[in-house]
Amino acid sequence: MSGFPERARRSLGDSQLRRNLAKATATIRAKTGKVSAELPDWEALRDAGRAIKRETLAELDKHLVALEDSVTRAGGVVHWAADAAEARAIITGLVQAHGAKQVIKIKSMTTDEVELNPALEAAGVRPFETDLADMIVQMAHEKPSHLLVPAIHKNRAEIGALFREEMDEPDLSNEPADLTRAARAYLRGKFIESEVAISGANFAVAETGSVAVVESEGNGRMCLTLPKVLISIMGIEKVLPKWEHLEVFLQLLPRAATGERMNPYTSIWTGTRAREGDAADGPEAFHLVLLDNGRSKILADAAARETLHCIRCSRCLNVCPVYQRTGGHAYDSMYQGPIGAIVTPQLKGLAAAGDLPYASSLCGACQEACPVRIPIPEILVHLRGRVVAEGHAGAGERAAMAAAKAMFDHPTLMGAALAAGRVMQAPLARDGRIGRLPWPLDGWSLSRDFPALPPESFRDWWKRRKAKA
Amino acid sequence: MSGRDAILAAVRAALAGRPAPAAEPSAYRRRGEMTADQVLARFLERLADYDVHVTVLEQAAEIPATVAERLAARGAEALAIPADLPPGWVPEGVPVMVDQALPYRSLDTRPSVLTGCALAIAETGTLVLDAGAGQGRRALTLLPDHHLCVVFESQVVETVPEALQRLKPAVLAGRPLTFCSGPSATADIEFDRVVGVHGPRRLDVILVRA
Repeated sequence: MSGFPERARRSLGDSQLRRNLAKATATIRAKTGKVSAELPDWEALRDAGRAIKRETLAELDKHLVALEDSVTRAGGVVHWAADAAEARAIITGLVQAHGAKQVIKIKSMTTDEVELNPALEAAGVRPFETDLADMIVQMAHEKPSHLLVPAIHKNRAEIGALFREEMDEPDLSNEPADLTRAARAYLRGKFIESEVAISGANFAVAETGSVAVVESEGNGRMCLTLPKVLISIMGIEKVLPKWEHLEVFLQLLPRAATGERMNPYTSIWTGTRAREGDAADGPEAFHLVLLDNGRSKILADAAARETLHCIRCSRCLNVCPVYQRTGGHAYDSMYQGPIGAIVTPQLKGLAAAGDLPYASSLCGACQEACPVRIPIPEILVHLRGRVVAEGHAGAGERAAMAAAKAMFDHPTLMGAALAAGRVMQAPLARDGRIGRLPWPLDGWSLSRDFPALPPESFRDWWKRRKAKA
Repeated sequence: MSGRDAILAAVRAALAGRPAPAAEPSAYRRRGEMTADQVLARFLERLADYDVHVTVLEQAAEIPATVAERLAARGAEALAIPADLPPGWVPEGVPVMVDQALPYRSLDTRPSVLTGCALAIAETGTLVLDAGAGQGRRALTLLPDHHLCVVFESQVVETVPEALQRLKPAVLAGRPLTFCSGPSATADIEFDRVVGVHGPRRLDVILVRA
């Protein structure tokens, strides 16, 4: 199994990262708490969000077909990608068919999930990330460390150094305002010249064939409107049946994600240009790629299905005591924190990521914070059960559990084991606790105390009491 | 088997045998409860939070004078407008460029643009454009650095659900929507909020009470 504990230990030692994370998550917690408390019907919105997702998933095939229909009628083309390889092939094919040598991209975790950028590069197409943080991460050849603020692990000095080199602006200061201004100028040319853009999607409405992208910087608007060809890739779980469902999600998402009453820009488009006449507005061609890549498997696991309710707000990351300290790289996936701990093992497989459901103290802060009430702790425990049931638990753990089972099945064996335990613990127990257990249990007791066995078991006490009476 | 067949088969297999949940009645607010005056006051408060400059006028006839004044205040001269902007809105003496399929580079050189809007949302301080009358194409309100937007009091609704309900006909007609809530921003660098990334960095709202 991969090493969350090892990666976590490494990131815990990075004090710059911990400072950034502590400040970032505290700020966002305060903001999201304040704006969600402002709405008198916040809890009703959360209930509605959960209900809409549940009802949508229960008839997902029907809604996907309806979406395909409405997008097609509005002038778009719908493609279906069963897995990452198909998605890469479809998108690369569309870009090449247009003859483009570069594409501009809006932040999309779905494109990261299918590893699109390397595939484009291999096909001779240069992808340019246009979200400020993704652009920073791309320039630095690193991986994102947070769902919403992917470059939060870098400070202004590091970013300044990067920009001075990549943008050829040797006099650029490290002030965030200057860095942002430099990015604006640098990207404007790209926005105006590029012919093909690739985006994700936050929601797609089956009733109308509309797709919505929620953003803060304006690069989304640039990519969605200026180029000739727009390709949007979207996980199949993001379809909403009706236009009115946006009433719920356009309130839940900005307040839970960035702690704003509304994010700066939301773009909702339906197919291709509707306006006749000479004022062309938006792309001539729109392609919607629907992605499965393991989502139908999650759908099939009834106890874990609510994983698919996620609207990618990242509020669970910001309240998680584990994420706050280890940061995102420790999860080794673009899906991080509590939601990452349940999605990644289901998409990557339990053999590859089976330790992630254990990267939690089950405190439940994530469930309380989640705008659609995903029962993350329940799903974590369910996945832990699957890790064991499907044979991914370590040999030591299996042996210990088998021994425990034997003891519980045979009372005399239990009695003998306890008697032996009482003798063996004598040198280790202090004040009713054992601070360090012997191997192979020493790892468990590194940060926990074990209660010492009492001088007499309940059964012995009972026998003694009965004999007295 | 095509990707489409594969995905639909997998989804149907995953759902097989499980009954659909009963539909739950929703209890969230679908309409607001404030009076018109309260709605307007709330809208102005929200705009102030975003540092958006607002001028409140009693009638549409005052628009051109305000536009001229705001352009002067910003040190801006050249103005871009959509072809169907009400002619009475444009001030005399200001060089105006009408957007009729202008190349993007031309639009990019125009510092200011004047349009109307589809509606505004008081609770969130949002302006919504729906490519309808007097609004122009999306690129027009995206490339220039300064956007002057005329909003009539009757266009201001209290809540997000009310706005979406009113916008539905435009969507059914295939028109794109853009929701603008303050200028663009980023907090990607050390969570230090910087205002004005892409998109207009300066917003002027001209609110007409008529």
